[in-house]
Amino acid sequence: MNDLSFVRTEMLPERDPPPSTTGVIGWLRKNMFDGVWNTLLTIASIGLIVWVLGHILPWIWSPTWNAGSLDQCREIVGASGKASGACWGVIHERWPQMLYGFYPAELRLRPTLAFFLLFIALIPVLFNMISRRMNWFLLALVLFVATFFTASSALMIVVQIVLAAAVLYIGYTLVANSGSDRAEQIAAGARRLPNPLIFTALYVFLMPWLLWGGTIWTPVGAALGFVIGWLVFRLLAPVLGTLTAIILAFAAPVLWWLLLNGLFASAMHAILPFGLEPVESRQFGGLLLSVTIGVTAIAVSLPMGIVLALGRQSDLVIVKSLSVIFIEFIRGVPLITLLFVASVLLNIFLPPGTDFDIILRVIIMATVFASAYMAEVIRGGLAALPKGQYEAADALGLDYWKAQRLIIMPQALKISIPGIVSTFIGLFKDTTLVSIIGLLDPVGLSNSIRADTNWNGIVWELYGFIALLFFIFTFSMSRYSMYLERRLRTDHR
Amino acid sequence: MSAMEIEREVNRSQMQVSDKVAIEIKDMNKWYGSFHVLRDVNLTVYEGERIVIAGPSGSGKSTLIRCINRLEEHQSGQIVVDGTELSSDLKNVDKVRSEVGMVFQHFNLFPHLTILENCTLAPIWVRKIPRKEAEETAMHFLEKVKIPEQANKYPGQLSGGQQQRVAIARSLCMKPRIMLFDEPTSALDPEMIKEVLDTMIELAEEGMTMLVVTHEMGFAQQVANRVIFMDAGQIVEQNEPTEFFNNPQSERTKLFLSQIL
Ligand SMILES: Nc1ncnc2c1ncn2[C@@H]1O[C@H](COP(=O)(O)OP(=O)(O)OP(=O)(O)O)[C@@H](O)[C@H]1O
Ligand SMILES: [Mg+2]
Repeated sequence: MNDLSFVRTEMLPERDPPPSTTGVIGWLRKNMFDGVWNTLLTIASIGLIVWVLGHILPWIWSPTWNAGSLDQCREIVGASGKASGACWGVIHERWPQMLYGFYPAELRLRPTLAFFLLFIALIPVLFNMISRRMNWFLLALVLFVATFFTASSALMIVVQIVLAAAVLYIGYTLVANSGSDRAEQIAAGARRLPNPLIFTALYVFLMPWLLWGGTIWTPVGAALGFVIGWLVFRLLAPVLGTLTAIILAFAAPVLWWLLLNGLFASAMHAILPFGLEPVESRQFGGLLLSVTIGVTAIAVSLPMGIVLALGRQSDLVIVKSLSVIFIEFIRGVPLITLLFVASVLLNIFLPPGTDFDIILRVIIMATVFASAYMAEVIRGGLAALPKGQYEAADALGLDYWKAQRLIIMPQALKISIPGIVSTFIGLFKDTTLVSIIGLLDPVGLSNSIRADTNWNGIVWELYGFIALLFFIFTFSMSRYSMYLERRLRTDHR
Repeated sequence: MSAMEIEREVNRSQMQVSDKVAIEIKDMNKWYGSFHVLRDVNLTVYEGERIVIAGPSGSGKSTLIRCINRLEEHQSGQIVVDGTELSSDLKNVDKVRSEVGMVFQHFNLFPHLTILENCTLAPIWVRKIPRKEAEETAMHFLEKVKIPEQANKYPGQLSGGQQQRVAIARSLCMKPRIMLFDEPTSALDPEMIKEVLDTMIELAEEGMTMLVVTHEMGFAQQVANRVIFMDAGQIVEQNEPTEFFNNPQSERTKLFLSQIL
C-alpha cells in the first residue's frame, strides 16, 4: 500500500534562477539565439546592419564643415582619397536660415525666446510631477538668460536685477524646501505660488506678439476678446439657455477681433505707445514657420476636434448634420487643395485691400484639416466607453456638460491618446506642404538653397538635416504619448 | 432558494412604512420603437417601503425602474417622484435624479477616478458641497459599507463585491430619499453576494425606500414588505412576501416560482 499523505516539515528557501536565464547571456539566449533559425536570422540582420552602416558612416564622417561651396567639398573629399563624402558646409553656412528663414538676424532672439517659453508654458499642461516653484523658477531663469542677449539700457538693467532676484529667491526656496513635504507645508498655511497655468494662458497672446512684433495693444485686445466672450456667456446663459449663450459667446469675440480690435489697438497705441519692431509674415521661414504653424494648429485642433466629435453625437439634428458635413467634407479633400484655397482663392473672395495674413490663413486650413481627423479619433474613444458610464453620470444628476467634462471626456481622450498623437505628428509633418504654395519652410528653403550656384547639386545633406529636425519633434511627441498612457493607467496598479 | 439564505436576524424596528407617497406611477406605457415593453403599469410606493421586483428575463423589470429616474423615457401615463412629475422638463429630471440613487448590475464606477473621488464627484458638482465636507461624508459612507481603507485606490483594483459596495456608497453620498437597485448581485460570486446583500439589509434597517430588482428570493422574504411579479411588461401579481411565496395566485407566478425556488 502506498502512503499518499505528505506533510512538509521544512520550508524551502528562495533561490536565484539558473544563471543562463538571467543577465546579458540569458537575455541574448532568449531573444537572439533561440534556436537555429533565430540564430541565423540574428547573424544575417547583424550583417545587414554592419554593411549599411559601413557605407553610411564613412559618408557622414567627412571633414567638410568649413567648405564654402560644393566644389570645395569635392576637393576636400578627393584629397582624403574617399570616393564620396557628405558636404556639410551647406549646413554650416545655412543652418540659421533653415531655422529662421528670412527673419531679421538681429531680431532672432524673439522667436528663440518664444520657443523656450513654449516649453515653460507647456510644462503645467503636460506634466504633473513638476512643482509650481520649479515652473516659475524655470520661467524666471529663461527670461533672465534672454536679457543678456538684448541691447543694454537702463531699463534692461533694472529688469535684469529683478529677474536675478526672482531666480535666486525661488531657487533658494526650491533647495531649502526640497526635503520636506510640500503638501504638509501648504496645509500648515505656507504661501503658494500662483498657478503656472496663468503663464500658459498669457503665452497664447505673448507668442504672436514676440513673433510678429507690433504694438502690445493688439494681443491685449485679442485677450480682451476672450473676456468679452466669457462675459456674454455669463450674462446670457441664465436668460437664453446654455446652447444659445455658447453660440453668442463664440460670435461676439469673433466680431470684436474682426471689426473692433484693430481700432482699439491703434487708439490705445496712440495713447500709450509700446511695442516691438514688426516682422512680416513673408520673412518667416524654416523650422520657425513649421513650428509656428504646427504648434498653433495642434493646440487649436484638439478642442475643435472635441467639439466636432460631440456635435456628431448630438441629438440636435442641425448640430449633428453640420458636424458630419464638416468632418466628411474636410476629410474628403487633400490638404494641398485646402492650402491652395488659402493662398489663392481666398484672395479672390475677400474684399480687395483686406490684409488677411498668409500664415494665419495656412494655420486656419491646417487646423481645420487636423480637427476633422481629431474629431473622428475622439469619436472612436467615445464609442469605446460603455453605456453604463453615461447612465451612472445621469443617475447621479450630472448634466450633459458636467458629465462630458468630468466623466466622459477624460476617459475618451485617454483611450484616444495614440490616435490623437498620430494626428499631431501627421499634422506637424504636413506643415512641409506649405512649400508648395511658396512659403519657405525647411523643404521650401532647401529648394532655394540648391538654386544657389555654390550649392547646386546638394541633396542628401539638406534633406537629412531636415529629417533630423522633424524627427526630434515627432519622436518626442511619440515618447510623450507613451509616458502619458503609462501615467494615466489606473487599472491593476 | 436561488443563491443563499440570509443568516442573520433582520432588525425590523426601523422598517416602518409611512403613508406618505414616495413614487406614484399611473397608467404608464412605454415602447421601444413599436415594441410595447411596459403596459399600463400602476404602482404606488410609500416612504420606507422595500419592494422587490421579480419576473422572467425580458419582462421589463429593468425598464420599469429605469423609468423612475428617467434613464428611459415613458410615452404615456404619469410618474411622480417625491412630488415632482417626470416630463421633458430637464429641471424636474435633474431634481428627481439627485433625490433618487441607483445601483447597477455592472457597478458603473468611474474607472479614472479613485474610490473617494467617485464618491465625492456628484456631491461637489451637483450639490455644490465644499470638497472637504464631501470627503468627510464619503468616508462616513465608505466606513458604512466597510471599505474605508480602499478610499485612495482605483475601481479596477477592487473585487466585484467591493466595487458594488462602493457604488452603493457613491449613491448614498448624494443623500437620496429613494434607492433603486437593478440586479445588484447578478454579476458577483456567491461570497461577494453576501457582503452586498448585507449592506442592502443595513440600508433597509435604517428605513430607506428601496426598489430592488433581484433574483435573491431570500432577500425578498426577509427584507421586502412587498414583492411585485412582472411578466410581459405588466405587473401580474403583488403581495407581501410570505403570501407571495406560499400562496401565489396566478399561473405565471406559480410557474416562475417553481422554476427558481
Ligand atoms: N434599448 C432597447 N431597445 C429595444 N428593446 C429593448 C431595449 N432595452 C430592452 N429592450 C427589450 O425590452 C424588454 C424588457 O427589457 P428589460 O431589460 O426591462 O428586461 P428585464 O426584465 O430587466 O430582463 P433581465 O432579467 O434579463 O434583466 C426585453 O424584451 C428587451 O429585449
Ligand atoms: Mg434587467
